[in-house]
Amino acid sequence: MMGILGRKLGMTQIFMEDGKVCPVTVVEAGPCCVIQVKTLDNDGYEAIKVGLLEVEEKKLKKPLAGVFKKAGVKPYRILKEFPMSGLKVGELLTVERFSKGDRVSVTGISKGKGFQGVVKRYHYAGGPASHGSMFNRAPGSIGSSSFPSRVWKNKGLPGHMGSERVIVKNLKIVDVRTDQNLLLIKGAVPGAKGTYLEIRKED
Amino acid sequence: MNLLGAVEEGFKKYVTDFNVGDTVRVSVKVVEGDKERIQPFEGAVIARRGGGTRETFMVRKVSFGIGVERIFPLCSPTIDKIEVLKRARVRRAKLYYLRGKKGKAAKIKEKEREPRWTSTSMTNS
Repeated sequence: MMGILGRKLGMTQIFMEDGKVCPVTVVEAGPCCVIQVKTLDNDGYEAIKVGLLEVEEKKLKKPLAGVFKKAGVKPYRILKEFPMSGLKVGELLTVERFSKGDRVSVTGISKGKGFQGVVKRYHYAGGPASHGSMFNRAPGSIGSSSFPSRVWKNKGLPGHMGSERVIVKNLKIVDVRTDQNLLLIKGAVPGAKGTYLEIRKED
Repeated sequence: MNLLGAVEEGFKKYVTDFNVGDTVRVSVKVVEGDKERIQPFEGAVIARRGGGTRETFMVRKVSFGIGVERIFPLCSPTIDKIEVLKRARVRRAKLYYLRGKKGKAAKIKEKEREPRWTSTSMTNS
């Protein structure tokens, strides 16, 4: 499974060849530098570790800085592993490996919504808004009585929503612009503008 | 560098300048099987909305007594060309009120002065 790191730039729309409008998310992906190659013999599995967003060495902790020094590459802020092979340390992973029509899954941190009630967070129906109703957006009963004498696990209750790792699968790549390192992905992907994303090609 | 803007910029194209109230003829490319032909749609522009490459405009005509409205994306590649047939003076940005009107009441006042783009013989008196 091939992957790349990128940054969400935002959404717009483009015209397809048949004149239809297509909503797209523009992602600036790569070029990612290969920092480490994990092999079956050495690590028990095959993968490459790539980095995005160059960073000054003094801003890193010493153990992490040592990783880059050993590999002989520039330090990067975001590191991620993808289960793939065929690249060497120091090589660049670019959007050229993706092509139009590929299906990808995109992982990112979703927008934070803060502390939310059950209506927004779990789509509870809530009660009537008017006609003297005093039951508006409350969760209502959260369980039975003497059995089980407790609230079941995973009962949806108010709490923090968003700011979590979300994967959106089976998105189509509409266009690849290698000169600008851009991927145009049909539909929405998690997170606000500027969110760092992992884009994985689906096999 | 605004890469997002550059993506949109790539779809920008030159379009004839027209306003709400103007009567236009929109030449739409229609694909039938493997053949492509041009189909005109003639009517009054009753709304323009959106900006940049996302801008759309709505054209209304009355065809055999039935009102027909079509919304076109301004920068769509399926639009071959837009011709302005009549310029008009209107006092509203959206002419939705035309929907409820018939005959003379649905008339849009034309611009008194000849528009500059056709004025080859226009003289200043």
